[in-house]
Amino acid sequence: MSSTFTEEVRARLEVDAKDIIARYPRERSALLPLLHLVQAEEGYVSTAGIRFCAEQLGLTTAEVTAVATFYTMYKRRPTGEYHVGVCTNTLCAVMGGDEILSALKEHLGVGNDEATEDGRVSVEHVECNAACDFAPVVMVNWEFFDNQTPESAKRLVDDLRLGNDVRPTRGPERLCTWKEASRLLAGFSDGRAGEGTQAGEPSLQGLRLARERGWVAPRPGAAATEAAGDEGSAK
Amino acid sequence: MTTLTPVLSDNWDRPDSFTLQAYRDGGGYEALRTALTMEPDTIVDLVKASGLRGRGGAGFPTGMKWGFLPKDNPNPRYLVVNADESEPGTCKDVPLMLANPHVLIEGVAISAYAIRSSQAFIYVRGEVLHVIRRLKQAVEEAREANLIGPDVLGSGFDLDVVVHAGAGAYICGEETALLDSLEGYRGQPRLKPPFPAVAGLYASPTVVNNVESIASVPSILRNGAEWFTSMGTEKSAGFGFFSLSGHVRRPGQYEAPLGITLRELLDMAGGIREGHRLKFWTPGGSSTPIFTDEHLDTPLDFESVGAAGSMLGTRALQIFDETTCVVRAVGRWIEFYAHESCGKCTPCREGNYWMVQVLDRLEHGEGTEADLEKLLDICDNLLGRSFCALGDGAASPVMSSIKYFRQEYIDHVTQGGCPFDHRKSTVWGGTA
Repeated sequence: MSSTFTEEVRARLEVDAKDIIARYPRERSALLPLLHLVQAEEGYVSTAGIRFCAEQLGLTTAEVTAVATFYTMYKRRPTGEYHVGVCTNTLCAVMGGDEILSALKEHLGVGNDEATEDGRVSVEHVECNAACDFAPVVMVNWEFFDNQTPESAKRLVDDLRLGNDVRPTRGPERLCTWKEASRLLAGFSDGRAGEGTQAGEPSLQGLRLARERGWVAPRPGAAATEAAGDEGSAK
Repeated sequence: MTTLTPVLSDNWDRPDSFTLQAYRDGGGYEALRTALTMEPDTIVDLVKASGLRGRGGAGFPTGMKWGFLPKDNPNPRYLVVNADESEPGTCKDVPLMLANPHVLIEGVAISAYAIRSSQAFIYVRGEVLHVIRRLKQAVEEAREANLIGPDVLGSGFDLDVVVHAGAGAYICGEETALLDSLEGYRGQPRLKPPFPAVAGLYASPTVVNNVESIASVPSILRNGAEWFTSMGTEKSAGFGFFSLSGHVRRPGQYEAPLGITLRELLDMAGGIREGHRLKFWTPGGSSTPIFTDEHLDTPLDFESVGAAGSMLGTRALQIFDETTCVVRAVGRWIEFYAHESCGKCTPCREGNYWMVQVLDRLEHGEGTEADLEKLLDICDNLLGRSFCALGDGAASPVMSSIKYFRQEYIDHVTQGGCPFDHRKSTVWGGTA
């Protein structure tokens, strides 16, 4: 593995890097998106990627390495094309995340943060991904796969290995690859924001109940009167 | 009886709720139009009068935070939205940004105008791709409609909004660590003072607010401070998301006035899952001391939860029934804190490391009763002695679980192992 990008790659990425740096009042703020950008190129942050970021921002490679190794989303070695994260923080673990993680490791024959031999799928346990009302939660390339079971998760990784279409629960119609995901994180849109649902069922529970029972927030102006003792008010 | 008050979630049942058109159909961006005709300081006063308190956990009054910006500092001012939602159990900002990103963008525009800032950042955690897509699209739509960008709606006010994706670090939810991260460094907290209002992003005056706080601003502008204070309690005004997860029949988001109780919320959520009973719960994420069934009627506002020995936090109600082993639950949380400790200060870095070892041996029946005192001793060295709130937060589950469930820890010691069958607490194991 060369420690610098080829001329072709460098020329192409420099255009993107300029675009990223221009978003910020001070150029060092571009470091996190630049690291996502080089991860989008190679699937992980390599020595060449670190050197590229350092050159763009006038930093030393040590300064860039210090940042790259602090954040868990930057990988220092290749992951699978589809990186599967199983939440094993307390809530998801209790609800079945532990069983899902061990089922996947056994099914795929891999350890934590390892990829299958075909390079298609890697598995890692992740921390809370802000979807606790959909527990147990599995993420693939940082898209939501809600309310999983060991069986559904095994089917999911089988489909990923076979190249079958896989659709996140709350996400676009088609799952993007690890590299495509990294490019989005670098700030380049993929035009798919309009796809997929606006909200999952748990997100709508409170609203549906309010609709059913005719509960609304107080009307503006009516606040004072409603608060005066009407039982149906929100006070 | 308290009822739900959908405000931010009111259009979520519309399939295109995340589009500019849908948001405008519900009166979206009218508050911005009104704001631009007002004096910025008048808006700050209005938000102060509403009593809105930060929805990211700490509950600091939002208007007061804005008022701390020094008037004589010549540097540019920045508005930074903390969208790094990562506190275990907290799951409100992500669905909000997914379903209704424009209410946040409108809030950003009004708030930036109020604090005289022309540069805003939304720092969103990286692990939620579709949320990032939706936010970026909303920013683009708003820019095209001249709702942000140069000369907003012909008012002469310029506003640039940048969506910035994080890269996986819980600590970046701490506001000064977030600023270091946004400046392109390792996300480590800064010494305070100076507070961000004085020396924040690029050492310039900066306001850092949570997503839900900023998203609440348009409704306050539209309906008035009195409308806002007609909900909630005297010192905890307004509404907020209560996020129920775990062993409840219908987990999800319930937008209600502050001061609602868990008993009322459980009623709405169909109760604890069938055949089981409440054992313990967090009122506001894993960093808030746990509660038990003694606290079902504690009003969920800042004061009442505080008086009962915990914190309202982010209203992340993680519910656990009697099948759950509290030692396992707490052990897992501490593994999280140990993993996410930034390493800057010794009490947090070392304290969490050692608590993981002690909790692990306790859970597996290899501990002793003296280990409980050891844990409390470590907590004593963490709480109030760490550089930031992450260390304080780690002490919460340990101390509170020993307070309420000391016997369960001891049972692990005397039985030489965990007395629970973990399969029974899973979604599929609960009814078997």
